[in-house]
Amino acid sequence: MSCFRAENLSLHFGGLKAVDAVSFAVEKGEILSIIGPNGAGKSSIFNLISRIYRPTTGKIFFEDRDITEVPAYGIARLGIARTFQNIELFENATVLSNLLVGRHRHSVTRLWQELLFLPSVRRAEKEHRHRVEQVIEFLDLEPYRDKLITGLPYGVRKVIELARALCTEPKLILLDEPSSGLNVEETDDMSFWIRDMKSELGITVVMVEHDMSLVNRVSDRVIALNYGRVLAMGTPDEVQRHPDVIAAYLGA
Amino acid sequence: MRFLFKTDYDDDIRLFPHSGYVFSYGTLLVLLAIAPFVLSSYLMSQLVFVCIYATVGVALLILTGFTGQASLGHAAFLAIGAYTAAYLQQLGVPFEIYFLAAGLLAGIVGAIVGFPALRLQGIYLVIATISFAFIVEEILARWESVTRGNEGMRVKTLQLFGAAVPRDSPAFFFVCLAVLILTIVGTLNLLRSPTGRAFVAIRDSETAARSLGINVSLYKVKSFAISAGITGLAGCLFAHKLSFISPEMFTLQLSIEFIIVILIGGTFSLHGAVLGAIFIVMIDPFLTYLKDDVPGMIGHLAAAFGAGSERAGHIQDSVAAVASANGLKGAIYGIIIVLFVLFEPLGLYGRWLKIKLFFQLFPLYKRATFKRQKLYVKSERNR
Repeated sequence: MSCFRAENLSLHFGGLKAVDAVSFAVEKGEILSIIGPNGAGKSSIFNLISRIYRPTTGKIFFEDRDITEVPAYGIARLGIARTFQNIELFENATVLSNLLVGRHRHSVTRLWQELLFLPSVRRAEKEHRHRVEQVIEFLDLEPYRDKLITGLPYGVRKVIELARALCTEPKLILLDEPSSGLNVEETDDMSFWIRDMKSELGITVVMVEHDMSLVNRVSDRVIALNYGRVLAMGTPDEVQRHPDVIAAYLGA
Repeated sequence: MRFLFKTDYDDDIRLFPHSGYVFSYGTLLVLLAIAPFVLSSYLMSQLVFVCIYATVGVALLILTGFTGQASLGHAAFLAIGAYTAAYLQQLGVPFEIYFLAAGLLAGIVGAIVGFPALRLQGIYLVIATISFAFIVEEILARWESVTRGNEGMRVKTLQLFGAAVPRDSPAFFFVCLAVLILTIVGTLNLLRSPTGRAFVAIRDSETAARSLGINVSLYKVKSFAISAGITGLAGCLFAHKLSFISPEMFTLQLSIEFIIVILIGGTFSLHGAVLGAIFIVMIDPFLTYLKDDVPGMIGHLAAAFGAGSERAGHIQDSVAAVASANGLKGAIYGIIIVLFVLFEPLGLYGRWLKIKLFFQLFPLYKRATFKRQKLYVKSERNR
């Protein structure tokens, strides 16, 4: 059973075909990288999956269920989490409350219970906090727990965004350029975390990435895109040797 | 400086992080409890208005401060609460019921107003709420069979559990104070649970909120409904305090006063609502005082600097004319908002925190602590 499947997915802005009849499948427990030059439609595919855009044509399936018409907020409830290329954290809140928002899809308390802060709400809050602490430990975020996002450096924000996505306890996680803006050391950490997510937490990972060394280190399979079309699909080695991919990158 | 060692998740959940809070809020409560027996009746009346304005301020903070949805229509929700109370009281409904009905009806109307707000942002939402306020004002003036139009409505003395609570009695103050405290505690509870965090998430990034499974539309409507509902409750007390209500009391100016309450108090904490309410209620007598006394003072000053008595009288008259000009109050409010936004964006509560930190860190305080950090590039495309 494939974890996720896109069939004939297209996104057109007027005459511009940002994504053009793309089909691919993601197996459970694999790490799939999507590469391609700027404007190839990589992030657009993510935005289609998380329903920020509506596909012009095509269907997307998650665990063999058609999710093309699921509203944006419903995607996370199914167990698909994502990070953003230009970090979308809640700037004026602490790291802890950012991560607790990640637990939103697991919250079961009702408004009137929360107004009175009944014991059940307190219990639920502690449970959320416990799960958040596990993620904090997994990603070494202990020093930042009570800090406001506004004051934190870029590299840390990147990790916090990953942490927030993990707090939703996803089955599938979409990482939009996880290493952009990170230094070599931070990129190394990121590659370990991505592999740990797969091996320890059993999460399927789809990522858009430009850093080929990171792609080579972590991916099981790679898809290369250009002008919204799939150029090549296969292991990292195969894709990098593919003549069309070389042409697209080097302009030969 | 005090360092808290947290050993339990409860340490981050409880409302009073340490005993110092219990002590200071306890003291405040005791002071408020003896206030009616110490302060003059004029100040007590002002204090009741502080409670009512602060309740509305808290309501507006939920919507504007924490959910990030601006509203210039809160005078209308206050009016709905006030008129519901006045109308039901005429029908002989007891206070306990029409008080809740006022909140409920305002809340329902708030939810309905929330729906168009789903598609509007920023200045457009402000315009939509202003027009809503005008519609309500107009309905109140025209729907004479219920509201008696511009004639206005009398509101009889509040009857609580069979006892009369006159609007200038200490008991009325305690009722208003209790409503304020319950509102604040309820709001704090909300803010430390999933709903409150969803509000904050929507304020800071709707895209991210959606991608985490928050139904943004539903929570915006919820925020509108809660905010309007609390304002409706305040409206019921407002009607009792004034004992007479008419449509021209609930104008745009009142909505702007509510915005001033949270802007000047500080939009990031509930303390701001209370501080802002004190400011707005106390500035009125202050302005009246200036209006009455400043022209005379300037006249004397002019005379002291050698102006002839006729000339001094002339100066005094022209200053008096300016001071009693129509709309001067609005202009002063405008200047106050501009000055606060420019020089004290964190409001009075922000200033209080700065002073507190200054003494805690003395002599190591840095002004840069509260400087707003540079924002990183953020995608505006997906809003």
